[in-house]
Amino acid sequence: MILTQEQQAILDGQQGETLARVMKTLIRYGEVFGAEKMVPVTGKHNHLVTSFGLKALGPVYALMEQLIEAGNVSRQTFSVDPRPLDKKVPANFLQNFIFQNFMYSRQDYYEEQLGKLGLMDKDAFTCTCYMDEVGNKPRKGDVLSWAESSAVVYANSVLGARCNRNSGIMDIMGSVVGYVPYFGLLTDEGRRATWVIEIKTTKKPEAQLLGSAIGMKVMEEVPYIIGLDKWLGTELDDATCTYLKDFGAATASNGAVGLYHIENLTPEAVEQGRDLLAENVQTYVIDDAELERVYRNYPVIWKNPDATPKLCFMGCPHMSLQQLKDWTDKVEAGLAAAGNKKVKIPTVFTAAPAVLAEFEKTEYAARLKATGVITSYICPLMYMNNPLSGKMPVITSSNKLRTYTTAKYYTDDEILEQITKGGSGK
Amino acid sequence: MREFQGRVIAAGKVTAEAVVSHEGLNTLASFQKALQFGDKTATCGDQNNPDLYGKQMAGKALCLPQTIGSTTGGLVLYCACSMNRQPACMLFSKPIDSLAAAGAILADVWLDNVTMPVIDNLGEEFLDYVKDGMTITVSETGLVTVE
Repeated sequence: MILTQEQQAILDGQQGETLARVMKTLIRYGEVFGAEKMVPVTGKHNHLVTSFGLKALGPVYALMEQLIEAGNVSRQTFSVDPRPLDKKVPANFLQNFIFQNFMYSRQDYYEEQLGKLGLMDKDAFTCTCYMDEVGNKPRKGDVLSWAESSAVVYANSVLGARCNRNSGIMDIMGSVVGYVPYFGLLTDEGRRATWVIEIKTTKKPEAQLLGSAIGMKVMEEVPYIIGLDKWLGTELDDATCTYLKDFGAATASNGAVGLYHIENLTPEAVEQGRDLLAENVQTYVIDDAELERVYRNYPVIWKNPDATPKLCFMGCPHMSLQQLKDWTDKVEAGLAAAGNKKVKIPTVFTAAPAVLAEFEKTEYAARLKATGVITSYICPLMYMNNPLSGKMPVITSSNKLRTYTTAKYYTDDEILEQITKGGSGK
Repeated sequence: MREFQGRVIAAGKVTAEAVVSHEGLNTLASFQKALQFGDKTATCGDQNNPDLYGKQMAGKALCLPQTIGSTTGGLVLYCACSMNRQPACMLFSKPIDSLAAAGAILADVWLDNVTMPVIDNLGEEFLDYVKDGMTITVSETGLVTVE
């Protein structure tokens, strides 16, 4: 690795032993992947994946304390993934006891650490930091040190920023020292597509299913998607960005996609078109039958597959303002059609605190509340990620939540039917 | 007995008994119980991994293709090392993924009293050959002996 004089001085300890270790960590990380240099982090803000004060992660908090004590805090302010707890979300006595006193007992302590390290503001807890309401939206070409997989794939693909799929802790190391190793998705070569995906469906594909199918096929490689502009158009408007948010999260969690290109739509595909294709690309054709095959192959891991759902989560990743409004209309219409006043399954719509604050200013907020749907800033993954919640029959339209927890996936239309008419897990 | 030459990600010498996963190791799902519920043997808690589920990982030579899953993977591995519940070594048949690399390097750079040799690029033949219970010896140069 060739270092600048300043980088070498940091590595040599001229700015303290702790910062030298941070630099050493990033250099060794880069060398594994063939990086030959370190490049400056240029994004205005960072975003961290670790948002939870989980008792079991004591060593992480000890490491954060080392950074704070040495004065090596983040050079950028940052947002962070969603909080793991919200009293508004239904939980039984035992769940609440375990959440508060056992699992997330270090939440307050860790949030205090985040404040010292450079948290943007006390409510900057969301996985969709790139929403306008939140204010952490990178510019095209910005070099980032993020780790949250759904945010990384969105920033790379939709915004044209440059970020590798980093691990937690590596994310803050990059913004503490101000440099990241130059490899992978930071390079032009690493952003070329090695897969062509041909969309041949007879209707607009479900974002979460399409992302799942592509993720499972290409894993960590870069797909170039042809034929999706027929359904999404060629403008990155609110509705399309929301679609891509959910689509991307599914590619990243069902596979390990960090960047996708959509012909005539995403910025690099618009600029470079098929010049983005690497040599010897592989091809994957997706039609209605293929999406159905993918959907039917998801394992059902509920103890009783026919159990009546006890909870429905929407918003992993967090919902957009437009999505909250659209779903208010849908839930109202669904309830009216079914002759019901309130949702039949306890239902939680999750969004960033700043998005929820904007939503509260609209007339939709009271209408959604009247349907019985709860809004929350919680991380559904963190809620589900324990044995007690794992035994609950929870349904979701998030393919990320399906992948990492026992939640059962349904399409948006099926979710709407279940929550407005009532249903079983069938 | 066979020898396989890999690339050193974190150097060290160790001899340990093999446990083998032919699928990607979901780090969070596998180590969650070890970290959260005081399981010092680090019994694999990932129900989606039939090779490893229910088996002890702490102190074993963990043989695998790559790690998969949440980008918390690196910090989970770092915590396992810090709490002394890590495998004796991690031996990857493929080039290491960014999450496992992060965990291995964080542990190597920040934990002064922990050694967990990590070798990658051992090849598909390595995973075909190695079986649970075999004895594995790792050298400082990344030579892995299986017997």
